[in-house]
Amino acid sequence: MGLMAQLALRKDVVVDKWFARVVDTYPAETARFLRSQKDPFANPVGRTTHQQLGTLVALLDADWNPDTARSALDPIMRIRAVQDFSAARATGFVFDLKQVIRGLMKSPDDARWIGDLKQLDRLIDEMALISFDLFMGCREKVYELKANEMKDRTYKAFAKAGLIKEVDDE
Amino acid sequence: MNQFYLSSLLAVFVLALIAWLGALGLPWLFGIVLPYLAVLIFIVGVVRRIVGWSRSPVPFAIPTTAGQQKTMPWIQQAKIDNPSTTIGVVARMALEILTFRSLFRNTRMKMNGEEGRISYHLEVFLWLFALAFHYAFLTTLVRHLRFFLEPVPWCIQMLGTLDGFMKIEILYNPIQVGLPGVYLSGIVLLAAVIFLFLRRLFVANVRYISLASDYFPLFLIMGIAFTGILMRYFIKADVAAIKELTMGLVTFSPSVPAGISPLFYIHLFFVCVLLAYFPYSKLMHMGGIFLSPTRNMRTNTREARHVNPWNYPVKVHTYEAYEDEFREKMVEAGLPVEKMPAPAEAAATEEEEKE
Amino acid sequence: MADETPKPQELLDRIAYQPPAKHWMDVPVNIRKGMYCYASNPKSVEYLSMPNARPWNPLEDDWQLPENWQQILHEGFKERLEKFRSIKVFMDICVRCGACADKCHFFIGTGDPKNMPVLRAELLRSVYRNDFTALGKVLGRLNGARPMTLDVLKEWWYYLFQCTECRRCSLFCPYGIDTAEITIFGRELLNLLGLNIDWVATPVANCYRTGNHLGIQPHAFKDMLDFFVDDIEEITGLRCEQTFNEKGADILFITPSGDVFADPGTYTCMGYMMLFHYLKEKYGLKVTWSTYASEGGNFGFFTSHETMKRLNAKMYLEARRLGVKWILGGECGHMWRVINQYMDTMNGPADFLETPVNPITGTVYQNAASTKMVHISEFTADLIRHGKLELDPSRNDNKIITFHDSCNPARGMGMFEEPRYVIKSVANHFYEMPANTIREQTFCCGSGAGLNAGENMELRMAGGLPRANAVKYVHETFGVNMLACVCAIDRAALPASMEYWVPEVDVTGVTELVANALILPGEQERTMDLRSEPLPGMEEADE
Repeated sequence: MGLMAQLALRKDVVVDKWFARVVDTYPAETARFLRSQKDPFANPVGRTTHQQLGTLVALLDADWNPDTARSALDPIMRIRAVQDFSAARATGFVFDLKQVIRGLMKSPDDARWIGDLKQLDRLIDEMALISFDLFMGCREKVYELKANEMKDRTYKAFAKAGLIKEVDDE
Repeated sequence: MNQFYLSSLLAVFVLALIAWLGALGLPWLFGIVLPYLAVLIFIVGVVRRIVGWSRSPVPFAIPTTAGQQKTMPWIQQAKIDNPSTTIGVVARMALEILTFRSLFRNTRMKMNGEEGRISYHLEVFLWLFALAFHYAFLTTLVRHLRFFLEPVPWCIQMLGTLDGFMKIEILYNPIQVGLPGVYLSGIVLLAAVIFLFLRRLFVANVRYISLASDYFPLFLIMGIAFTGILMRYFIKADVAAIKELTMGLVTFSPSVPAGISPLFYIHLFFVCVLLAYFPYSKLMHMGGIFLSPTRNMRTNTREARHVNPWNYPVKVHTYEAYEDEFREKMVEAGLPVEKMPAPAEAAATEEEEKE
Repeated sequence: MADETPKPQELLDRIAYQPPAKHWMDVPVNIRKGMYCYASNPKSVEYLSMPNARPWNPLEDDWQLPENWQQILHEGFKERLEKFRSIKVFMDICVRCGACADKCHFFIGTGDPKNMPVLRAELLRSVYRNDFTALGKVLGRLNGARPMTLDVLKEWWYYLFQCTECRRCSLFCPYGIDTAEITIFGRELLNLLGLNIDWVATPVANCYRTGNHLGIQPHAFKDMLDFFVDDIEEITGLRCEQTFNEKGADILFITPSGDVFADPGTYTCMGYMMLFHYLKEKYGLKVTWSTYASEGGNFGFFTSHETMKRLNAKMYLEARRLGVKWILGGECGHMWRVINQYMDTMNGPADFLETPVNPITGTVYQNAASTKMVHISEFTADLIRHGKLELDPSRNDNKIITFHDSCNPARGMGMFEEPRYVIKSVANHFYEMPANTIREQTFCCGSGAGLNAGENMELRMAGGLPRANAVKYVHETFGVNMLACVCAIDRAALPASMEYWVPEVDVTGVTELVANALILPGEQERTMDLRSEPLPGMEEADE
């Protein structure tokens, strides 16, 4: 059985271990909440992350599709982009998957896995690149929203000065 | 963070040691003086605290509304969660105090959207054990009245019977035969208090917010329950002698009978410490819950005016001042004004300026 | 099972990840960009003659505090303990059970443990224990006490302006401890040192001077509404002229000024105007607007009790001057908390007004008998219930709607059914969000209590996540594309939140939906909704 197929069999374990690592990027007091609260509405960060990691792990075995990976990573990155993370810390969790998978293998150094692992690493690297893009996209969005608020404020300043009519008339 | 529960644990051990030494050397101090002192501190402290709270007024009506308000007759009001009447408030407070309703809100079972199964949370246990703890404590407390009343009223005997199971001995028989009645309340109390402690210890975010003043009462109550259970089932205490002591205390003719085990003094000393500590600690939540303005007020805040005793006049920007500033612009825009800017007035101002 | 045992390497990695386990008192505050609002403009602070107006910058070490700032705080704390039983009791009785910990949208969204409501309150309690309790003085830190230092002050400021006073935590507290109350109180203390945020301080000064947060002068206010008259004419062919400062009108209408100036609130404002026009034409009801009391919102509420009272006073003053019968209030959140729980106490009794009666239906608003102010949703629901509005709900058919309960009308008032009844009467597609995110358990928009500035966008987005997450769910499940609300801050803040989290969903006020469906007497055939977008079935006609 190939590595990918074996992974598929133990998908839940991989996801849980990966999830545990992502959660550990948060303060310990928060991590427990993110892990244990199973209601997706009471705990959107934890549940969204868990769900999307599941999609990503499943993708490794199925036909790799960067678009699906992107849409799975998007909700996670959207959250991490507004939390207290640097770009590296926000996206670094993707690389953890390499360790998680190797940690689950009895003999990751065995020659017969070299090819599969190489392939896996390539996919994970691609995920990481996508998540960098998404992170940047989200940050840009945040700044766009900020800029819009400022624009809005300027508009209000005009209004205050009674200039709206003139501005509008032009 | 360990310092918080380790120091509390240590404090309780030291207290036990003190009581044990005291039992050997100064039984009158630990059997008579300290109990009186503790009760005195408790009563004075609690009264002072509650009076202190009551002295501060409630300037605004700020009930938390947890259900539909009273409006039009065809809309069903949530009469308990949004109580506009005193009866509603009483019901709300009763549910709060007797069933810990707000805490129960926590525990609603929810569908786990992703896996599609119902998941129970630790929070349901918080409610359950908190409730168990308080009721077990109450039962134990009431049950202990038999040490302070002679003859023991039937209702307390009744409670003891209900509370105890596998009970085969007679209440006053100093020589107990067979297995003594196992009081459910004592066991539940100890179990609940241990749960509450473990929760503080192992749930990361609760550990994070916990202080020594959270651990100390838990250890103390654990100690009380533990020594009580020890005396009842394992190292039998001389109940008759103890009752002699306690009856002496309540009839103000105290004496220290011989033959009371040191274990009892530890038990008693723990209780004294708890009583004396009570008014100065978070345990005052027992009184505070009655005074919480978000729960004990009617929500008819638009229907009846709540009076703030220290309401004072404030500086406001009056309409007149407003119109004075914007009058010309208002007139120009066709807005009605109180005072038309008459040309004469403008001239007058000019004159004033000249002067 | 073997799978569950972490490998040594893995453990090492994980340990490296975890931040050092430190007690929260030892974690210094880190004022992070995107999470805080700019400091108050000294001119605004001065205008209200509030103390210690000065320029200062939260990011600098020196906050230019007055020499005796610790004394000012201590005395301010003491004074308030004597004036507010709520604070005194809430300082003493918390048992730190943790029931509130994960109920805060800011904790859920940011993951910052100091955003657990209990800890937010402990920030103040720790100082209280040090200054005012015997055990705290003796046992010090062991009893959770700590002296007031500059770091503690900064922590107060940072986290008290990361609370939207939404009261969700208070719902779950077994003793009803209300973090909103603690935040209100803490901000009041901070204001003694001139430590407000500008997004609160400047609207307050504006409101004091011109009558509204945006500082719109009377003529400009009228101009804006005249604009809407033109816009409405394009849509309906009718000129819905409004009256201003009109003496002898039946009802004075007060709404947040945000609705006059910012989309999508402007459409709600147009909605009010159309509704009042309809009522005037059909039933002769005279509703007037005021340029003096042209602000329903009250950012004074986010500053101090006194400031709240100073701003709120205008409502009754104006109602008395104009001689109206009672006051109708527009869609706003915290405005209604103030009206429902503070106004009468602060500036009443309003014995110059009458118990509100809807002259069209005869309904007596007994629930507002003393305050004499009725919510527009209570008013509209009553009109619809009595069949007094001619409606065509199908005009809202392209809107699949859900309703966001705003925090204050939810937990400071309990208005749940009225807006729902209105929405269901004027639109055909309505779906609720999950039960633990609506009604009394509703999640805040993340920008309330004066935090809807631009510079703290990260905070707003993180705090808005729990709400947006529930919207996303109904969007994906039922195709919801419209989020209705009865709050001007929601209308100002949720569009950004939606744009970030669920871009397919728009935000609307309830009265906008009403006006879309309302058949005005003599109107032309409508092809557009209030946003000048084609009505369902009119998409072709648009071209």
